[in-house]
Amino acid sequence: MTDNKTTPVDEGRRRFLTASAAMAGVAVAPGVVLYEIAHGKPADEPASHAVRWGMLIDTNQCQEGCDECVKACGEENGFGHGTRETDSQWIRKVELRDMRTGRTKSLPVMCQHCAEPPCVDVCPTGASFKRPDGIVLVDRHICIGCRYCMMACPYKARSFVHERITDQNPDVPRGIGCVESCTMCVHRVDRDQQPACVEACAKAGHGAILFGNLNDPNSEIAKRIAQYSTMELRADLKLNLGVRYQGF
Amino acid sequence: MSGAAKLGRRAAGIWAALAALLLASLGAFAAASGERTGTAAGRTPKPVLVIEKGERCVEDTAYMRRNHMKLLLHHRDDTVHKGIRTEKHSLQNCINCHASSKNNSVLGSDENFCQSCHTYAAVKLDCWDCHSSKPKQQAATAAAAVAKAPVSAGGKQ
Repeated sequence: MTDNKTTPVDEGRRRFLTASAAMAGVAVAPGVVLYEIAHGKPADEPASHAVRWGMLIDTNQCQEGCDECVKACGEENGFGHGTRETDSQWIRKVELRDMRTGRTKSLPVMCQHCAEPPCVDVCPTGASFKRPDGIVLVDRHICIGCRYCMMACPYKARSFVHERITDQNPDVPRGIGCVESCTMCVHRVDRDQQPACVEACAKAGHGAILFGNLNDPNSEIAKRIAQYSTMELRADLKLNLGVRYQGF
Repeated sequence: MSGAAKLGRRAAGIWAALAALLLASLGAFAAASGERTGTAAGRTPKPVLVIEKGERCVEDTAYMRRNHMKLLLHHRDDTVHKGIRTEKHSLQNCINCHASSKNNSVLGSDENFCQSCHTYAAVKLDCWDCHSSKPKQQAATAAAAVAKAPVSAGGKQ
Protein backbone atom coordinates (compact mmCIF):
# COMPACT_ATOMS: atom_id res chain seq x y z
CA MET A 1 0.00 0.00 0.00
CA THR A 2 2.71 2.45 0.92
CA ASP A 3 5.03 1.24 -1.80
CA ASN A 4 6.22 4.26 -3.76
CA LYS A 5 8.04 2.36 -6.46
CA THR A 6 7.34 3.73 -9.91
CA THR A 7 6.23 1.06 -12.31
CA PRO A 8 6.29 1.40 -16.11
CA VAL A 9 2.49 1.47 -16.02
CA ASP A 10 2.55 4.50 -13.71
CA GLU A 11 4.86 6.37 -16.00
CA GLY A 12 2.72 5.74 -19.03
CA ARG A 13 -0.31 6.97 -17.14
CA ARG A 14 1.59 10.05 -15.95
CA ARG A 15 2.68 10.93 -19.47
CA PHE A 16 -0.89 10.59 -20.69
CA LEU A 17 -2.21 12.84 -17.92
CA THR A 18 0.45 15.46 -18.51
CA ALA A 19 -0.25 15.50 -22.22
CA SER A 20 -4.00 15.75 -21.79
CA ALA A 21 -3.63 18.56 -19.24
CA ALA A 22 -1.47 20.47 -21.71
CA MET A 23 -4.06 19.94 -24.44
CA ALA A 24 -6.87 21.16 -22.20
CA GLY A 25 -4.91 24.31 -21.55
CA VAL A 26 -4.78 25.20 -25.20
CA ALA A 27 -8.37 25.03 -26.40
CA VAL A 28 -11.63 23.24 -25.85
CA ALA A 29 -13.05 24.36 -29.20
CA PRO A 30 -11.89 26.64 -32.01
CA GLY A 31 -11.81 30.15 -30.62
CA VAL A 32 -12.62 29.06 -27.08
CA VAL A 33 -9.56 29.07 -24.88
CA LEU A 34 -9.95 27.33 -21.56
CA TYR A 35 -7.32 29.31 -19.77
CA GLU A 36 -4.52 31.59 -20.72
CA ILE A 37 -1.21 31.80 -18.97
CA ALA A 38 1.15 33.73 -21.14
CA HIS A 39 -1.22 36.38 -22.40
CA GLY A 40 -2.37 39.67 -21.00
CA LYS A 41 -5.28 39.83 -18.66
CA PRO A 42 -8.66 41.53 -18.98
CA ALA A 43 -8.54 45.13 -17.79
CA ASP A 44 -10.67 44.46 -14.71
CA GLU A 45 -8.60 41.54 -13.50
CA PRO A 46 -5.74 42.08 -11.06
CA ALA A 47 -2.22 40.95 -11.87
CA SER A 48 -1.74 37.35 -10.86
CA HIS A 49 0.92 35.34 -9.04
CA ALA A 50 0.55 32.69 -11.72
CA VAL A 51 2.51 34.96 -14.05
CA ARG A 52 6.07 36.14 -13.65
CA TRP A 53 7.15 38.53 -16.33
CA GLY A 54 10.77 38.37 -17.30
CA MET A 55 13.25 39.13 -20.02
CA LEU A 56 16.04 37.19 -21.56
CA ILE A 57 18.80 39.21 -23.19
CA ASP A 58 20.85 37.43 -25.79
CA THR A 59 24.18 39.24 -25.69
CA ASN A 60 25.26 37.53 -28.93
CA GLN A 61 22.51 39.36 -30.76
CA CYS A 62 22.98 42.69 -29.01
CA GLN A 63 24.99 45.02 -31.24
CA GLU A 64 27.73 47.29 -30.05
CA GLY A 65 26.88 50.94 -30.71
CA CYS A 66 23.17 50.28 -31.11
CA ASP A 67 20.98 52.04 -28.59
CA GLU A 68 17.54 51.50 -30.09
CA CYS A 69 16.25 50.05 -26.81
CA VAL A 70 17.43 53.08 -24.86
CA LYS A 71 15.86 55.46 -27.36
CA ALA A 72 12.59 53.56 -27.42
CA CYS A 73 12.47 53.58 -23.61
CA GLY A 74 12.94 57.34 -23.57
CA GLU A 75 10.26 57.88 -26.17
CA GLU A 76 7.75 55.60 -24.51
CA ASN A 77 8.29 56.86 -21.00
CA GLY A 78 8.95 60.48 -21.84
CA PHE A 79 12.55 61.40 -21.19
CA GLY A 80 15.58 62.24 -23.21
CA HIS A 81 18.40 59.78 -23.11
CA GLY A 82 21.57 60.94 -21.53
CA THR A 83 21.40 64.58 -22.48
CA ARG A 84 22.00 65.79 -18.95
CA GLU A 85 23.68 64.15 -16.02
CA THR A 86 20.52 64.44 -13.97
CA ASP A 87 18.28 62.81 -16.59
CA SER A 88 16.62 59.57 -15.65
CA GLN A 89 18.06 56.37 -17.03
CA TRP A 90 15.75 53.40 -16.95
CA ILE A 91 17.88 51.38 -19.31
CA ARG A 92 21.48 51.86 -20.36
CA LYS A 93 23.88 50.13 -22.67
CA VAL A 94 26.90 48.73 -20.91
CA GLU A 95 30.09 47.75 -22.74
CA LEU A 96 32.06 44.94 -21.12
CA ARG A 97 35.64 44.18 -22.02
CA ASP A 98 37.70 41.24 -20.93
CA MET A 99 41.02 42.86 -20.03
CA ARG A 100 43.09 39.78 -20.88
CA THR A 101 41.51 38.63 -24.09
CA GLY A 102 40.19 41.95 -25.29
CA ARG A 103 36.79 40.41 -26.05
CA THR A 104 34.01 42.99 -25.80
CA LYS A 105 30.31 42.61 -25.14
CA SER A 106 27.55 45.13 -25.30
CA LEU A 107 24.35 44.65 -23.37
CA PRO A 108 21.43 46.61 -21.96
CA VAL A 109 21.02 46.80 -18.19
CA MET A 110 17.82 47.92 -16.55
CA CYS A 111 15.87 47.12 -13.39
CA GLN A 112 16.29 43.38 -13.00
CA HIS A 113 12.89 42.94 -11.37
CA CYS A 114 14.18 40.83 -8.50
CA ALA A 115 11.92 38.35 -6.75
CA GLU A 116 13.54 39.57 -3.52
CA PRO A 117 14.06 43.24 -4.31
CA PRO A 118 16.39 45.14 -1.94
CA CYS A 119 14.67 48.40 -2.94
CA VAL A 120 11.41 47.08 -1.50
CA ASP A 121 13.16 45.92 1.67
CA VAL A 122 14.57 49.34 2.46
CA CYS A 123 11.68 51.58 1.41
CA PRO A 124 10.45 53.37 4.54
CA THR A 125 7.01 54.24 3.15
CA GLY A 126 6.03 51.19 1.15
CA ALA A 127 6.23 53.10 -2.11
CA SER A 128 8.66 50.60 -3.58
CA PHE A 129 6.76 47.39 -4.17
CA LYS A 130 6.57 44.26 -6.24
CA ARG A 131 3.45 43.45 -8.19
CA PRO A 132 2.11 39.90 -7.94
CA ASP A 133 3.37 39.24 -11.47
CA GLY A 134 6.93 40.11 -10.48
CA ILE A 135 7.21 43.66 -11.83
CA VAL A 136 8.96 45.95 -9.35
CA LEU A 137 7.52 49.46 -9.27
CA VAL A 138 7.49 52.73 -7.37
CA ASP A 139 4.13 54.08 -6.27
CA ARG A 140 4.80 57.77 -6.78
CA HIS A 141 1.81 58.70 -4.67
CA ILE A 142 3.64 57.28 -1.66
CA CYS A 143 7.29 57.95 -2.60
CA ILE A 144 8.87 60.70 -0.52
CA GLY A 145 12.04 60.83 -2.59
CA CYS A 146 14.39 59.66 0.16
CA ARG A 147 16.43 57.61 -2.33
CA TYR A 148 17.21 54.71 0.03
CA CYS A 149 16.15 52.36 -2.76
CA MET A 150 18.69 53.90 -5.11
CA MET A 151 21.43 53.06 -2.65
CA ALA A 152 20.09 49.57 -2.01
CA CYS A 153 19.88 48.60 -5.68
CA PRO A 154 22.94 46.59 -6.73
CA TYR A 155 22.28 47.40 -10.40
CA LYS A 156 22.08 51.17 -10.12
CA ALA A 157 18.76 50.84 -11.85
CA ARG A 158 16.89 53.68 -10.20
CA SER A 159 16.89 57.38 -10.96
CA PHE A 160 15.64 60.39 -9.08
CA VAL A 161 13.62 63.03 -10.89
CA HIS A 162 15.34 66.31 -10.14
CA GLU A 163 13.43 68.65 -12.34
CA ARG A 164 9.85 69.54 -13.08
CA ILE A 165 8.44 67.48 -15.93
CA THR A 166 5.75 68.52 -18.38
CA ASP A 167 4.01 66.78 -21.29
CA GLN A 168 4.25 63.29 -19.89
CA ASN A 169 2.90 60.29 -21.71
CA PRO A 170 -0.61 59.99 -20.20
CA ASP A 171 0.13 56.31 -19.54
CA VAL A 172 3.38 57.05 -17.73
CA PRO A 173 2.95 59.68 -15.02
CA ARG A 174 6.32 61.03 -13.90
CA GLY A 175 7.17 63.95 -11.68
CA ILE A 176 9.71 65.83 -9.65
CA GLY A 177 10.80 64.48 -6.28
CA CYS A 178 10.20 60.77 -6.90
CA VAL A 179 12.44 57.84 -7.59
CA GLU A 180 11.67 55.84 -10.71
CA SER A 181 12.99 52.94 -12.71
CA CYS A 182 12.14 50.54 -15.51
CA THR A 183 8.51 49.49 -15.15
CA MET A 184 8.87 46.77 -17.78
CA CYS A 185 6.40 49.05 -19.58
CA VAL A 186 3.71 47.82 -17.23
CA HIS A 187 1.07 49.91 -18.98
CA ARG A 188 1.80 48.06 -22.21
CA VAL A 189 2.16 44.65 -20.60
CA ASP A 190 -1.27 45.03 -18.98
CA ARG A 191 -2.63 45.57 -22.49
CA ASP A 192 -0.94 42.48 -23.87
CA GLN A 193 1.83 44.41 -25.60
CA GLN A 194 5.58 43.98 -25.35
CA PRO A 195 7.80 46.48 -23.54
CA ALA A 196 9.02 49.30 -25.79
CA CYS A 197 12.68 48.18 -25.71
CA VAL A 198 11.79 44.65 -26.77
CA GLU A 199 9.75 45.95 -29.68
CA ALA A 200 12.48 48.38 -30.75
CA CYS A 201 15.17 45.71 -30.63
CA ALA A 202 13.09 43.40 -32.80
CA LYS A 203 12.37 46.26 -35.19
CA ALA A 204 16.07 47.01 -35.48
CA GLY A 205 16.48 43.41 -36.59
CA HIS A 206 18.47 42.20 -33.59
CA GLY A 207 15.78 40.51 -31.52
CA ALA A 208 18.17 40.37 -28.61
CA ILE A 209 15.51 40.85 -25.92
CA LEU A 210 12.89 38.22 -25.34
CA PHE A 211 9.97 39.07 -23.09
CA GLY A 212 7.59 36.56 -21.59
CA ASN A 213 6.14 34.67 -18.68
CA LEU A 214 8.83 32.76 -16.81
CA ASN A 215 6.18 30.70 -14.99
CA ASP A 216 4.64 29.27 -18.12
CA PRO A 217 6.69 26.27 -19.21
CA ASN A 218 5.31 26.61 -22.74
CA SER A 219 6.44 30.20 -23.22
CA GLU A 220 9.37 30.91 -25.51
CA ILE A 221 11.37 32.48 -22.69
CA ALA A 222 10.86 29.54 -20.33
CA LYS A 223 11.88 27.09 -23.05
CA ARG A 224 15.00 29.09 -23.84
CA ILE A 225 16.17 29.35 -20.24
CA ALA A 226 15.47 25.63 -19.80
CA GLN A 227 17.59 24.83 -22.84
CA TYR A 228 20.48 27.28 -22.76
CA SER A 229 22.90 28.43 -20.16
CA THR A 230 21.78 31.82 -18.92
CA MET A 231 22.93 33.90 -16.02
CA GLU A 232 21.80 36.55 -13.60
CA LEU A 233 23.86 39.64 -12.86
CA ARG A 234 25.35 39.37 -9.38
CA ALA A 235 23.84 35.93 -8.95
CA ASP A 236 25.76 35.72 -5.67
CA LEU A 237 23.19 38.05 -4.11
CA LYS A 238 20.51 35.39 -4.68
CA LEU A 239 17.86 37.93 -5.61
CA ASN A 240 16.19 35.67 -8.19
CA LEU A 241 16.09 38.12 -11.06
CA GLY A 242 13.43 38.53 -13.68
CA VAL A 243 16.01 39.60 -16.27
CA ARG A 244 18.51 37.00 -17.42
CA TYR A 245 21.48 37.17 -19.81
CA GLN A 246 22.59 34.63 -22.34
CA GLY A 247 25.87 34.31 -24.22
CA PHE A 248 28.47 35.89 -21.99
CA MET B 1 -24.94 113.80 37.57
CA SER B 2 -23.35 115.61 34.72
CA GLY B 3 -20.99 112.61 34.31
CA ALA B 4 -23.94 110.25 33.81
CA ALA B 5 -25.52 112.54 31.23
CA LYS B 6 -22.25 112.68 29.38
CA LEU B 7 -22.06 108.89 29.38
CA GLY B 8 -25.62 108.65 28.08
CA ARG B 9 -24.84 111.03 25.24
CA ARG B 10 -21.76 109.05 24.34
CA ALA B 11 -23.72 105.77 24.31
CA ALA B 12 -26.32 107.28 22.03
CA GLY B 13 -23.55 108.43 19.73
CA ILE B 14 -22.05 104.96 19.61
CA TRP B 15 -25.44 103.40 18.83
CA ALA B 16 -26.01 105.83 16.03
CA ALA B 17 -22.61 105.04 14.56
CA LEU B 18 -23.24 101.29 14.81
CA ALA B 19 -26.61 101.61 13.12
CA ALA B 20 -25.07 103.59 10.29
CA LEU B 21 -22.35 101.01 9.86
CA LEU B 22 -24.88 98.18 9.83
CA LEU B 23 -26.97 99.92 7.21
CA ALA B 24 -23.95 100.61 5.08
CA SER B 25 -22.73 97.03 5.20
CA LEU B 26 -26.20 95.69 4.44
CA GLY B 27 -26.35 97.96 1.45
CA ALA B 28 -22.96 96.79 0.26
CA PHE B 29 -23.94 93.13 0.70
CA ALA B 30 -27.14 93.64 -1.25
CA ALA B 31 -25.23 95.34 -4.02
CA ALA B 32 -22.62 92.57 -4.07
CA SER B 33 -25.15 89.75 -4.15
CA GLY B 34 -27.10 91.54 -6.83
CA GLU B 35 -23.93 91.78 -8.82
CA ARG B 36 -23.18 88.11 -8.30
CA THR B 37 -26.56 86.92 -9.44
CA GLY B 38 -26.56 89.39 -12.26
CA THR B 39 -23.32 88.28 -13.92
CA ALA B 40 -21.12 85.19 -13.77
CA ALA B 41 -18.03 87.09 -12.70
CA GLY B 42 -18.80 88.93 -9.51
CA ARG B 43 -16.62 89.53 -6.53
CA THR B 44 -16.32 85.77 -6.16
CA PRO B 45 -15.95 84.23 -9.58
CA LYS B 46 -18.01 81.08 -9.91
CA PRO B 47 -16.52 78.07 -11.66
CA VAL B 48 -17.15 77.95 -15.36
CA LEU B 49 -17.85 74.40 -16.37
CA VAL B 50 -17.71 73.86 -20.08
CA ILE B 51 -18.36 70.21 -20.85
CA GLU B 52 -17.99 69.56 -24.50
CA LYS B 53 -17.89 65.81 -24.87
CA GLY B 54 -19.88 62.80 -23.78
CA GLU B 55 -23.58 62.54 -23.07
CA ARG B 56 -23.21 62.10 -19.35
CA CYS B 57 -20.61 61.46 -16.70
CA VAL B 58 -19.75 57.98 -15.44
CA GLU B 59 -21.77 58.75 -12.28
CA ASP B 60 -24.42 61.32 -11.33
CA THR B 61 -23.17 64.88 -11.34
CA ALA B 62 -24.05 65.44 -7.67
CA TYR B 63 -22.23 62.25 -6.70
CA MET B 64 -19.20 63.18 -8.77
CA ARG B 65 -19.00 66.65 -7.24
CA ARG B 66 -18.70 65.20 -3.76
CA ASN B 67 -16.90 61.96 -4.45
CA HIS B 68 -14.71 62.19 -7.54
CA MET B 69 -11.61 62.34 -5.37
CA LYS B 70 -12.56 59.14 -3.58
CA LEU B 71 -13.17 57.32 -6.84
CA LEU B 72 -9.85 58.50 -8.22
CA LEU B 73 -7.99 57.54 -5.06
CA HIS B 74 -9.49 54.05 -5.07
CA HIS B 75 -8.85 53.53 -8.74
CA ARG B 76 -5.31 54.79 -8.52
CA ASP B 77 -4.40 52.13 -5.94
CA ASP B 78 -6.13 49.45 -7.98
CA THR B 79 -4.22 50.48 -11.07
CA VAL B 80 -0.78 51.00 -9.60
CA HIS B 81 -0.69 48.01 -7.28
CA LYS B 82 -2.97 45.47 -8.93
CA GLY B 83 -2.76 46.50 -12.57
CA ILE B 84 -6.52 46.96 -12.93
CA ARG B 85 -6.89 49.30 -15.87
CA THR B 86 -10.61 49.73 -16.32
CA GLU B 87 -11.57 52.95 -18.02
CA LYS B 88 -14.63 54.04 -16.07
CA HIS B 89 -13.11 55.69 -13.01
CA SER B 90 -9.68 56.38 -14.43
CA LEU B 91 -8.12 59.81 -14.51
CA GLN B 92 -7.49 59.38 -18.22
CA ASN B 93 -11.19 58.87 -18.80
CA CYS B 94 -11.93 62.13 -16.94
CA ILE B 95 -9.42 63.98 -19.08
CA ASN B 96 -10.62 62.47 -22.34
CA CYS B 97 -14.04 64.05 -21.85
CA HIS B 98 -13.25 67.16 -19.84
CA ALA B 99 -10.23 68.54 -21.66
CA SER B 100 -11.09 71.88 -23.24
CA SER B 101 -11.16 72.03 -27.02
CA LYS B 102 -9.31 75.35 -26.82
CA ASN B 103 -6.05 74.09 -25.39
CA ASN B 104 -6.71 70.34 -25.26
CA SER B 105 -6.23 70.29 -21.48
CA VAL B 106 -8.12 70.29 -18.19
CA LEU B 107 -5.80 73.04 -16.95
CA GLY B 108 -4.54 76.36 -18.24
CA SER B 109 -7.13 78.92 -17.24
CA ASP B 110 -9.99 79.32 -14.82
CA GLU B 111 -12.25 78.12 -17.60
CA ASN B 112 -10.63 74.71 -17.81
CA PHE B 113 -12.58 71.96 -16.09
CA CYS B 114 -10.35 70.89 -13.20
CA GLN B 115 -8.68 74.22 -12.57
CA SER B 116 -11.95 76.12 -12.63
CA CYS B 117 -13.57 74.33 -9.68
CA HIS B 118 -10.39 73.87 -7.73
CA THR B 119 -9.59 77.56 -7.90
CA TYR B 120 -13.10 78.31 -6.68
CA ALA B 121 -12.85 75.80 -3.83
CA ALA B 122 -9.24 76.76 -3.07
CA VAL B 123 -8.17 73.10 -3.12
CA LYS B 124 -4.69 72.53 -4.42
CA LEU B 125 -4.36 70.15 -7.34
CA ASP B 126 -1.22 68.08 -7.29
CA CYS B 127 -2.29 65.37 -9.73
CA TRP B 128 -0.70 67.35 -12.51
CA ASP B 129 2.79 67.38 -11.03
CA CYS B 130 3.09 63.91 -12.51
CA HIS B 131 0.03 63.20 -14.64
CA SER B 132 -0.51 64.63 -18.07
CA SER B 133 -3.40 67.07 -18.22
CA LYS B 134 -3.99 66.27 -21.85
CA PRO B 135 -6.00 63.42 -23.34
CA LYS B 136 -4.18 60.52 -24.90
CA GLN B 137 -6.33 60.50 -27.98
CA GLN B 138 -5.42 63.20 -30.39
CA ALA B 139 -7.67 64.88 -32.93
CA ALA B 140 -7.93 61.87 -35.25
CA THR B 141 -9.07 59.44 -32.61
CA ALA B 142 -11.03 61.95 -30.51
CA ALA B 143 -14.21 61.25 -32.46
CA ALA B 144 -13.95 57.58 -31.65
CA ALA B 145 -13.50 58.42 -27.96
CA VAL B 146 -16.69 60.47 -27.96
CA ALA B 147 -18.59 57.63 -29.56
CA LYS B 148 -17.17 55.21 -27.01
CA ALA B 149 -17.84 57.31 -23.91
CA PRO B 150 -21.57 56.55 -23.39
CA VAL B 151 -20.91 52.83 -23.83
CA SER B 152 -18.22 52.76 -21.19
CA ALA B 153 -20.41 54.88 -18.91
CA GLY B 154 -23.30 52.47 -19.00
CA GLY B 155 -21.38 49.24 -19.32
CA LYS B 156 -19.30 47.14 -17.02
CA GLN B 157 -16.69 49.00 -15.05
